[in-house]
Amino acid sequence: MSMPMPKANNGSAGPGRSSASAAPVLRVRDLSVTFRTEDGRISAVDNVDFEVADGEVLAVVGESGCGKSVTAMSLAGLLPRTATVEGSVQLDGVELIGAGKRTLRSIRGREIAYIFQEPMTSLNPVFTVGRQIGEVLGVHNGLSRAAARRRAVELLKLVGIPSAERRVDDYPHQLSGGMRQRVMIAMAVACDPKVLIADEPTTALDVTIQAGILDVLRELRERLGTSIVLITHDLGVVADLADRVAVMYAGRVVETAEVHDLFARPTHPYTAGLLGASPSAGRHAGTDRLNEIPGLVPVLAEQPDACTFADRCPRALDTCTTKQPLLTGDAHQVACWNPVREPVEAR
Amino acid sequence: MNALELTDLVMHFGPVRAVDGVSLRIRKGTVVALVGESGSGKSTVGRCVVRLLEPTGGTVRLADADITHLNRRQLRKHRRNVSIVFQDPAGSLDPRLSVGDIVSEPLRLMRQRDTAGPVADSLRRVGLRPEVAQRSPHELSGGQRQRVSIARALISKPSLLVADEPTSALDVSVQASVLNLLADLQRDLGFACLFITHDLSAVEYLADEVAVMYLGQLVEQGPRERIFGVPAHPYTQALLSAAPVPDPTTQRARRPVLLGDDLPSPIDPPSGCRFHTRCPVAVDRCRTVVPESRVIGEGGHRVACHLVNDDGTGPDVRRTQDTTTDTGAAR
Repeated sequence: MSMPMPKANNGSAGPGRSSASAAPVLRVRDLSVTFRTEDGRISAVDNVDFEVADGEVLAVVGESGCGKSVTAMSLAGLLPRTATVEGSVQLDGVELIGAGKRTLRSIRGREIAYIFQEPMTSLNPVFTVGRQIGEVLGVHNGLSRAAARRRAVELLKLVGIPSAERRVDDYPHQLSGGMRQRVMIAMAVACDPKVLIADEPTTALDVTIQAGILDVLRELRERLGTSIVLITHDLGVVADLADRVAVMYAGRVVETAEVHDLFARPTHPYTAGLLGASPSAGRHAGTDRLNEIPGLVPVLAEQPDACTFADRCPRALDTCTTKQPLLTGDAHQVACWNPVREPVEAR
Repeated sequence: MNALELTDLVMHFGPVRAVDGVSLRIRKGTVVALVGESGSGKSTVGRCVVRLLEPTGGTVRLADADITHLNRRQLRKHRRNVSIVFQDPAGSLDPRLSVGDIVSEPLRLMRQRDTAGPVADSLRRVGLRPEVAQRSPHELSGGQRQRVSIARALISKPSLLVADEPTSALDVSVQASVLNLLADLQRDLGFACLFITHDLSAVEYLADEVAVMYLGQLVEQGPRERIFGVPAHPYTQALLSAAPVPDPTTQRARRPVLLGDDLPSPIDPPSGCRFHTRCPVAVDRCRTVVPESRVIGEGGHRVACHLVNDDGTGPDVRRTQDTTTDTGAAR
């Protein structure tokens, strides 16, 4: 299974794309993750393939239990020991799966960095934010304390924190939720990583705060050319920031496309279902009914040779339960035996 | 006739002025959404309405009675008329009870003996099989648990349902089914609903009227079409502009109004208009004089802002932000 290179910048995807080089920064092949649990084996991610180009924002979308966060954590080697990770994750040609601790330590934070959903629990409450950013710089860049502090102030400015010279001496509890998430982003980009993995970076935040954080991420991509893997369940956030989207369901990528194309022509019934389920502008209960997807995301011990969405799918055929559909197509790929053909307007 | 009337509701927790003078009416059989961000006090209003909290000031009036200061015993006969559904069904359902016991609890508290029939009816109404009554909440999915909460809330046939972020903990597809269910039930049973949420798309879908809350006070209220169509208060405008829409072409043409990240503390709220510290168009008067809520349009469209004219015209921060403010974000 292979995936074509992302399409060239189409203008509206952001000026940062114009500098995109041909080779992907991140190349994921046949990534599978299983967990050993008390109740036996659970397959969380099944043969996932994707690539992220230089300066590109790839959104990985899906609901709880679809495997998006596990995928993200496996990229940075953050999964617990109960996880078995197979396949290949190459960052600028360097293989991360099975790499030694030293390789991983030098890559994590410097080449690939991670932003978590909840900034309060990811920051250390007993150190100032300046010291925490400085620690990252000290470990990776060997900066002196004074230099690290100066750089920390620069980074706080970069992520839009006003009065950064003063804020650098604040403790996390003195900052609002939005400010904390900005600090997390400052720490993550301290060493100018090639790839930033943002796992639900705005989910815990209010919308007026979220808008600012999304702007910071956009700015980083445009100013520093950082590639971003954006893990989210929020289709509005995807529409705002992503260049390309991979939709996951029950551990598999079921559809991937350029963002405008995905929203205009959702081709996998699951993608179409998700889009129809969100109450968007102008929809009201008096005249309009939201699309429901009956049933639940399955928890799988083994990945079957079948479509795992078949039992919830309004378009399922006999084939869907007996043979696994693989991703097919060029720029817009879908894994479905009976894909949706009409564009959104026609339905 | 009103299902609920709040007059100048105040709820302070020590120095924290969580709710500070909220007046709101819900007409029988209508859905009013109470919108605001974390810390706005919207959930505290909900808890005062069902009298989980006794207000510090003002009145809470249900259709037939003032319940502001009733004690537990006096409240019992009004419990039938108002129910609440919480955000997190896992946390609000007692794990030691069966679904049947949970759903029948309101009736048992009202000394009703025979509950099996009403429980089965109520479960069926929310789309669950009556057999679910034997199960335990942890055996159910998040969406099913929220249906159980709704079945419990509606079993006493209340005239008012308070729904506090009922879909916020749920995935999109499950959220859709719960929103559809609430819409169906509301239409069929005709209860009034105070729908408390931060999710503007859900508000537009479900609400007849919208009240926008900021730091313990209402800044704007009115019919859904007015609030979404011609929002007058700068905060309402900012809130609407900031919520991303699931359409890349539309979303990328929009410019969210950035307000800065620092929400003032409800312990020491700003003088004058509470929004003035984040408002892109604030003038001197906003810093000193508290704006009165006044009617600016049809359907009882009200706003509390000095800068909005009596005919509803006034500043639109979605257009003026570039020249009037730099909120400190990375642009």
